[in-house]
Amino acid sequence: MATLSHQIIAVTANNLRSVPQRWGISAVIVIGIAVTVAVLVSVLAMAAGFGKTLANTGRADRALVLRGGSQSELASTLSRDNALTIMDARGVRKGADGKSIASAEMVAIVSLKQKNTGTKANVTLRGVGPKAFELRPEIKITAGRMFRPAVRELIVGKSALAQFEGLELGGHLTFHQGEWNVVGIFETGGDSHESELMADAETVLSAYRRNLFQNVIVLLESPQSFDAFKDALTTNPTLSVDVKRETEYYAEQSKQLSKLLFFVAYIVGGIMAVGAVFGALNTMYSAVSSRSLEIATLRAIGFGALPVVVSVFVEAMLLALIGGVLGALAAWMFFNGNAVNTLGANFTQVVFQLTVTPALAVSGIVLACIIGLVGGLFPAIRAARLPIAAALRAA
Amino acid sequence: MAAIVSLRNVVKRYTRGKHSVEVLHGLNLDIETGDFVALMGPSGSGKTTLLNLIGGLDTASGGEVSVAGERIDSLSGGQLAKWRARHVGFVFQFYNLLPQLSAERNVELPLLLTSLSAAQRKKNVQTALAIVGLSDRAKHKPTELSGGQAQRVAIARALVSDPTLLVCDEPTGDLDRATADEILGLLQSLNREQG
Ligand SMILES: Nc1ncnc2c1ncn2[C@@H]1O[C@H](COP(=O)(O)OP(=O)(O)O)[C@@H](O)[C@H]1O
Ligand SMILES: [Mg+2]
Repeated sequence: MATLSHQIIAVTANNLRSVPQRWGISAVIVIGIAVTVAVLVSVLAMAAGFGKTLANTGRADRALVLRGGSQSELASTLSRDNALTIMDARGVRKGADGKSIASAEMVAIVSLKQKNTGTKANVTLRGVGPKAFELRPEIKITAGRMFRPAVRELIVGKSALAQFEGLELGGHLTFHQGEWNVVGIFETGGDSHESELMADAETVLSAYRRNLFQNVIVLLESPQSFDAFKDALTTNPTLSVDVKRETEYYAEQSKQLSKLLFFVAYIVGGIMAVGAVFGALNTMYSAVSSRSLEIATLRAIGFGALPVVVSVFVEAMLLALIGGVLGALAAWMFFNGNAVNTLGANFTQVVFQLTVTPALAVSGIVLACIIGLVGGLFPAIRAARLPIAAALRAA
Repeated sequence: MAAIVSLRNVVKRYTRGKHSVEVLHGLNLDIETGDFVALMGPSGSGKTTLLNLIGGLDTASGGEVSVAGERIDSLSGGQLAKWRARHVGFVFQFYNLLPQLSAERNVELPLLLTSLSAAQRKKNVQTALAIVGLSDRAKHKPTELSGGQAQRVAIARALVSDPTLLVCDEPTGDLDRATADEILGLLQSLNREQG
């Protein structure tokens, strides 16, 4: 047993000493794996960051009402009558003035130029009711002032401000044949509304010549009032609506997109991993063939096949590990904490942070090791089966 | 004295696809213990083929190969490797030293297959290097040695584990005349003193 470990250590150490001499071909495995891991970790970081942002959006004591069967705000429409019925329903909290704390909202999409790419992307313009800010106390104006009703003024979320051109305080935006003034900048503490523009619902409706809202959001008397509120709406024959807690709605929205991002991560990562496996095979086959005389000599002296196999695997794993660490490091250095925007709930931009967590880095490195293992397997078998006499003759 | 190597009706055929070349056609050969035998013949006559069979690097297509009373023609690849470690030292035309290892590390390789302690291995390596007259080159890498010196290191490696037989395939083929004579002389004196 001791001699077997002596053999393994000697053959492996000797092999690793010779790696620098074939650095060029070794770089193939390292770079292939580094790129694969960097891409996989980045996309997974995106999915994780996205989930985190949307999971932060919403409160349990707020409910969102959409037309029955609507998957998202944008697919929903509610008439003015329906909106009034919903806002007056049981379970909705009343303000000091005795009116429901609720907001019938119209959601429109505005196409704006992005600062970093110069290309256009969609932003949500949310027309909100007069009680919208009582409804969402987390919205804080950090610069400028609140928009006024009946004039084309809007306020801009800070993530949208960072991402798009022309949203600075005092700026003018032209869309739907009208000019809008940016009068304020707001924060919400990190939820997806920070990627939106907000204005007075009636003003947005008239600008778009529409008369239908997309949704109604209400503040409940308490989180427990949700069931009463939901019952009141679903048993009302004049309404056909879906009622969801706000938290639930955003969780669902983020789930779909997170799923998609994870799917993309695994498909893209999988394809790249297959490519990296071929790169690894290529590297290790050529390493074995350049070592064939050394291997044959050791085998002639009496070394077993196992130490040779181990030496091939250790080389493959070591190179893979270097690639994996480099890839994870690259993802972390270039992307961790980067603000990225992607299609959010309404096919508009949601800005969120990529978070390269240690767990993600570890899973990237695990992938690297798997690639190294698979890429080392067949070359190791070839090395073990090397015909000694023929290999000695070839020298 | 008993035959250390005994070949009976040994046939060796190389088959590549449909083509088959028979190199040894029923060879019988006995080598006595302590003999110093040189195989001579033109290139391609089968010298390497025969040595590979005797040294357990290749297997015969037919016939019996016995070394020190043990039939080796029926051993598996793994068994042959263990057998070679115990019984054979090889010296090759191009030395086949591992370029990353110093002379003493190269010589130590066969001892890694024994249960000797590190201290014992070091002692045996020093002895083997002293026998070939290269004690002062222990730390040198193969590239820092002349051809003759490299072959001496290879000879030290071949005999460090005290093998039953030493198989040398054209050990002087890569050396100039004077050095070749020197190496042959070394092998002959080794045969007299250790064989
Ligand atoms: N792997 C092989 N496949 C086919 N023919 C071979 C192989 N190895 C050796 N031979 C042939 O066997 C013959 C003997 O070769 P070899 O033993 O190397 O001769 P020598 O060592 O005397 O020069 C040659 O004709 C050679 O071409
Ligand atoms: Mg030959």
